[in-house]
Amino acid sequence: MHSGEFLFLLQGLKWTIILSALGFFSGAIGGLIIALARTSQWPTLRKATAIYIGVFQGTPLLMQLFVVYYGLSLIGINLEAWIAVTVGFTLHASAYLGEIWRGSIEAVPRGQVEAANALGLKYFARTRHVVLPQAIRISLPATVGFLVQLIKGTSLAAIVGFTELARAGSILSNQIFQPLLVYAIVGTMYFILCWPLSLYGSRLEHRLAVSTR
Amino acid sequence: MNYKFDFTAVWAAIPDLLMGCLGTLGLAFAGMFIAIIIGVAGVALRDSHVPAIRWAVKTFVEVIRNTPFLVQIYFIFFALPFAGILIDPTPTAIIALGVNGGAYAIEIIRGGVQAIHKGQIEAGKALGLHKLQIFRLIILKPALRAIFPSLSSQFILLTLTTSVASAISAYELTSVARLVESASFRSFEVYFVVTALYLAISYVMLTSFSLIAQRYFSYPAR
Repeated sequence: MHSGEFLFLLQGLKWTIILSALGFFSGAIGGLIIALARTSQWPTLRKATAIYIGVFQGTPLLMQLFVVYYGLSLIGINLEAWIAVTVGFTLHASAYLGEIWRGSIEAVPRGQVEAANALGLKYFARTRHVVLPQAIRISLPATVGFLVQLIKGTSLAAIVGFTELARAGSILSNQIFQPLLVYAIVGTMYFILCWPLSLYGSRLEHRLAVSTR
Repeated sequence: MNYKFDFTAVWAAIPDLLMGCLGTLGLAFAGMFIAIIIGVAGVALRDSHVPAIRWAVKTFVEVIRNTPFLVQIYFIFFALPFAGILIDPTPTAIIALGVNGGAYAIEIIRGGVQAIHKGQIEAGKALGLHKLQIFRLIILKPALRAIFPSLSSQFILLTLTTSVASAISAYELTSVARLVESASFRSFEVYFVVTALYLAISYVMLTSFSLIAQRYFSYPAR
């Protein structure tokens, strides 16, 4: 393998990181909205977001990407592949992060909300200053765990035709006929990306378990 | 939006798609079977006296859990012929699913075994239970009760993951969907219906697992 071919894989890695970051950050915004709607006082809103989460957790990520990819092109605008997959990952991440954060919001002791109420804090101030800061701490291990899952999931964008790391690997292995070498390198790159995050996640989990004991 | 939805091609292909569902379930069950065997073996080997074996099990778990399934299935798909083994895509997919699920199963089963307190076994002995009773009532049942929820949601996750096996054209629902799509060009309609089929599969699995959990793994009411 030449250095040029290795650089081609690094280009793919760059797109994997960009796609993961875009999906994660826009998914975090969507996830926060979902989580707040899921824990709101309006039953219709709770029900609707529960269905949204159920659909995304009950279908394969690959199908979600396909439906979004072809669905967006139906609406008329022929989108570039990267925009379509970003929308797909955003919807996917919103559902998963929404469910993780719903759990953390509900895990915040009830007395905290009551105390905030007694102090006269309205919904916005209560959520922003009392509930969310504690919920975020509780949710951190699972959130980091989902980020790892999302990074691995971006490899499915390869099947839709977006050239990130996994697809760069397929293209290269078809060119130089060394699939084992190429996929070993691609796997190593994903591992270098994900493993530190996984370790960080389990450290956070351990720390949280100790502090709430 | 002036697109006209046309589901006729999809309705015509429903028998094929339902066969694809069976293919998906077949992959999932076979993969889960291998995963549980790897899980039990891995937990046993993880406490081995040989440090190299312990290290190998931990490395296996970390490598599988931190790389995408797509890369794993490609690697196995191309690695097996190099090892002189030529098999079809579908068995290859089962092996890949088994290996992938196995790494997660090791972690889940380990958690279940660790959940059993040593004092409970001693209490069983003090009550005069014999070895088989202790294993069945004090070790196996609580361990199953502890791991069943995580193991069953891992099973559903594995079922959804089978769609990735379409990348090597293993026989399952997504592969069938791609054939129907390439024959009809009704991409959105095909994938919309297939997504609904996947949702139905995971809903049925979720419901059956919670019924099983209620029937066999709930604590006695008394």
